[in-house]
Formats: sequence, C-alpha cells, structure tokens
Amino acid sequence: MRRNEEGRTLEMTTTLNENAANQDTEIPGLRVQLAQDEPVRLDCGVNLKDITVAYQTYGQLNENKSNAVLICHALTGDQFVAETHPMTGKPGWWSELVGSGKTIDTERYFVICSNILSGCMGTTGPKDINPETGKAWGLNFPVTTVADMVRVQARLIDHLGIDQLFAVLGGSMGGMQVLEWAAKYSERVFAAVPIATAARHSAQNIAFHEVGRQAIMADPDWCGGDYPSQDKHPHRGLAVARMAAHITYLSQSALHRKFGRKLQERDAISYGFDADFQVESYLRHQGITFVDRFDANSYLYTTRAMDYFDLGGDYEGVLANAFRGTQTRFCVFSFTSDWLFPTEGNREIVHALNAVAANVSFAEIESDKGHDAFLLKEPEFFRVLGGFLEGAAELRGLPK
Amino acid sequence: MMIENQPKSIRIDLQIIADMIEPDTRVLDVGCGTGTLLDYLVHFKQVDGRGIELSTEGVNACVSNGLSVIQGDANIDLKDYPDQAFDYVVLSQTLQAMNAPREVLKQLLRIGRYAVVSFPNFAHWRVRTHLVFKGRMPVSETLPHQWYETPNIHFCTIKDFTVLCKEMGIAVERSLSLDHSGSVFRRIDMTPFLSNLFGEQAVFLLKG
Repeated sequence: MRRNEEGRTLEMTTTLNENAANQDTEIPGLRVQLAQDEPVRLDCGVNLKDITVAYQTYGQLNENKSNAVLICHALTGDQFVAETHPMTGKPGWWSELVGSGKTIDTERYFVICSNILSGCMGTTGPKDINPETGKAWGLNFPVTTVADMVRVQARLIDHLGIDQLFAVLGGSMGGMQVLEWAAKYSERVFAAVPIATAARHSAQNIAFHEVGRQAIMADPDWCGGDYPSQDKHPHRGLAVARMAAHITYLSQSALHRKFGRKLQERDAISYGFDADFQVESYLRHQGITFVDRFDANSYLYTTRAMDYFDLGGDYEGVLANAFRGTQTRFCVFSFTSDWLFPTEGNREIVHALNAVAANVSFAEIESDKGHDAFLLKEPEFFRVLGGFLEGAAELRGLPK
Repeated sequence: MMIENQPKSIRIDLQIIADMIEPDTRVLDVGCGTGTLLDYLVHFKQVDGRGIELSTEGVNACVSNGLSVIQGDANIDLKDYPDQAFDYVVLSQTLQAMNAPREVLKQLLRIGRYAVVSFPNFAHWRVRTHLVFKGRMPVSETLPHQWYETPNIHFCTIKDFTVLCKEMGIAVERSLSLDHSGSVFRRIDMTPFLSNLFGEQAVFLLKG
C-alpha cells in the first residue's frame, strides 16, 4: 500500500518535470505595447505603464471598421481562439464556433481576442519582469480586476483604430468582461453576448477559488510567490487547483456518462491510492497538462479578479443602473446543467436589462455537459447565437 | 400582383391584433410562441419588438430568427419591466393560462400605454352546447386540450372579461369578437350579447 502511494507521487513528479521544460518557450502571435505615455489606472489605485498585450486576429477589418468582434476568454483560456494552440497542439478553444463559414464567420467578421491583463500567454502579468526591479513581478504585481482587464482591452481596440465593436462575446469570466464592456463602454458595443456567466461571483464560486489558491500556496515550491527567481514551479499545487476547478466545470451526469465507476487499466481495485478509477486518472491528466501552459501566480490573480467581480456594486448595488440608457443589443445564454454559473445568475442579468427596457434576448440551452457546455459543440447554442448575430448584423448594415 | 415586402398572411386573430398596433412603436409580446406576430410587427409595422416566451423551443426559434425574445414566465418576469416602457403589450391567447390573470392585466397596463389581449370565449355557443348536451368539458379546435392536460386554468367569457375591465377601471378602446370561421367580426361594445354567444375569440385594446 505504501509502495503504491510512493509510486504514484513519483510518477506525477516525473511527468511534471518533463512538462516544466516547455514552460518558458516563446509564445508566438501578435504583440503591442500599450500605456506607454498614459498609464492605465487600475481599480486598486496603481497606475500601470508599459503594458504588453498579446492578441490574435482572424479575418479582415472592413473599410468602415464596423465588423469587429471581440472575444473575451475565460479564466484559463487565451488568445488562441480559432487556431492550433502553439503550446498544446490542440485546436483553438472556440474553433468549433469561430472560423471561416462557422457561426462567427471570419470571412465576414474581424475577430479579435487578447490575453487578459494578469494572464500568462504574453500579456503583462505576474510572471513578467517588473521594469523597476528587473525581477519577475510575482506577488508585487498589482491585484487586477475584470474592469482592469477591460480597460486594457479598450486600449487595444483604440490601438486598432476601432470606435465601435460590432459584438463582444465571452463565456464565464469572458462573460463578466462582456458585461463590463456593455456597462462602461456601452456606446462602443453594438451587440453583447454574455454566456454562462454572472454579474457577480457567488460565495460558492469564491469558495472553490479559495481552495485552488490554497493548494498553490501550500506547495513549498510556490516560495511565497517568488518561485520564478528561485527557479522553481509550484506544479503540484497548481495541478491540484486545476483538478478541483475542473470538477466544477462538469456535471454529475457528464462525469457519470464519461467515467461511471470504471477502473483505469486494471481489472480490480488495488487497495491503494493509485488512480484506480478512470475519473481520477482523468483529473490527474487535467492537472498535469494544465501546469504545462499556465502560471501559478497568474492563476491566483485571475481567480481573485473573478472573486472581486460585482458589477452592481459599482452602481449602488442596483445592477440595472449599469445598463441605464443602453442602446446595445444583448443575447444572454445559460446551460441547464451548469451549476458553476447557473441559469439564475444569468437570469439576474436579464432582469436587470429588462428593468431598463434594454433590447435583450435570453436562451437557456438544454445540455448535460455542465459549465463546459459553452466551450463545446452545442448545435442549439450555435443556431440561436447565429440567428442573433445575423439579426444584429442586418441592423448594423453588415453585408452577408 | 406580388410585390416584395408584401405583408405575408398570418392567422386572422393575429392580424386583428396587428391592426390595432400603430407602426413605429415599442411592443412587448407576452407569450410570443415561435414569434409569428412579433416577426410580422417588426417587419411590416417597423415596431421595436420584444418577446417573452416560456418554452425553450419557442425562444430558440425566435432568437435564431433575429427577434429579441427572452425565456421567461409572464407570471414572474413582468414585474421587472419599468412603468410605461412600451407603447403596446400584447397578450395573445395566453391570459387564460396565467396564474393570476387580474394581476397580469395590471402589469400589462403598467408596462404599456396600451394592452392588446385576446382569449378564447368560454361562452361561445358551441362550448355552451358541448357542456349542456355532452356534459363534458369542451374540446374543440380553439380549445384542443383535455381538462387534465390543459394549460388553460382560468377560462373566462367575453362578458366576464368586460366586467373585470370595468371593475379594474380599465378603458376598453376597441373590442372585437370573431366567429368560428374568422370571417365575421362583431364590435363587442355594440353587440355584447351576440358577441358573447357567437364569438369564438375576442380581441381587446385596453388603456390603463
């Protein structure tokens, strides 16, 4: 029994070290230096200068710059929406939805997606060098919010010379950014599509994030956040954080359908703590592959930004006031089996929009795939979203 | 001769509702189904149209067709809308399925300057004879459900509805009854008795 346990730990360590080799490879793609003259005033009060933004674009911006679609990625997403990911070799996270001839047709729209502030895929974040000290920021990086992410995105959109985005879309934390865009830059958003999200992070979700952060901070290799300068990586902690979070992205029925109580490459239970069950093996795999492409401090900062998100809080606690007078057309989506961002939270957004008589559509999509459904091929979701975009494009005068 | 953008034909009761609505206004269709009326109003009356629909299939059909519709329950969701947010609030063939029709009527006229309400008339002669001679709950083309599966929990007659409007201080701007074929309309205010007997459906334009 003891041997089994040790064996398991060893196996995980070996894989982690192999993965660590890829950590610092250069991430390809577009880069821009922003806030060189005018710093971005962050919610925490810090003025942040010289921000690098990593982004990808797909399709062509039309002559009057009216066909730009901004996609906002979720907690562990990145700018590689619709192309093979340079680090994982997997298809882009929304490549089912975005591409030539797809629902978000890159023949028609100019699609932009940038890595968020505090991210680890090229945009300025805690793993980058603080120009004032010459060392990695680590925990000296200012605590950023969803509003800060959007402030930086707005600078990118300025840089691209676009006044108004045709649409801003995103799921989960991406949906929070969509709401922030619609509230704070309403005249710059023709259509907004918040998906599987909430106007404020729930106590339950903050609790899950705290578990993840504690797992990272409990890893001795985290070194109080200073692991980059000590050439260490809190891979075990980050992997556990990912494993815990990953459960919240699925649903009980999806887990049951996929794994049930099936055993992993064995005929009987081992009376030990090896990954007897397929579901364990799957989660370990999720954890191990995640550390390959993600930075632990970035995970701390980004989960914190989600925790702090409470859009109504910026408007005397009345969410409807965030949207007063809006001309933006909204389409809100939720998924029936999503218990991380359940329908009720999405419906709260709809109620707030109704309260100001905004132009809003809302569809709850039947799916048993949990929160992850927004990333998967859900034909009904694609069909309804496609119809909404088509209607909006017609009004915006975008040719087919 | 066919010309482009010629209004397509819609069900006669929907056409009567559409005719009560001025162009270029703001309209909320409560229980909009798959969006037939809303689509007509948006395209041929140039209204700024919104809908609420309970069924997912209805909502998805509407939104994929470019209409602004939310999945919601009129019993619950109407209270969110601000006062006088719309020029017209339409409740077509849905009043009788509401938990609290009186409360819903109040909400319609709070949200809209006008409400357009249509419902099946439970005092239609066929319904009366069905009940009198067969002794069973009426089942017909307009009332297709058996009693145990009907969503219609609050049937009323044209007379009942007129009385309720009076009680609630609601002004009836226009009111029409339609007979079985849909080809004969009666002004309910001019012929209340005949309307209540021969009208299979009624359409009311109300002002709060």
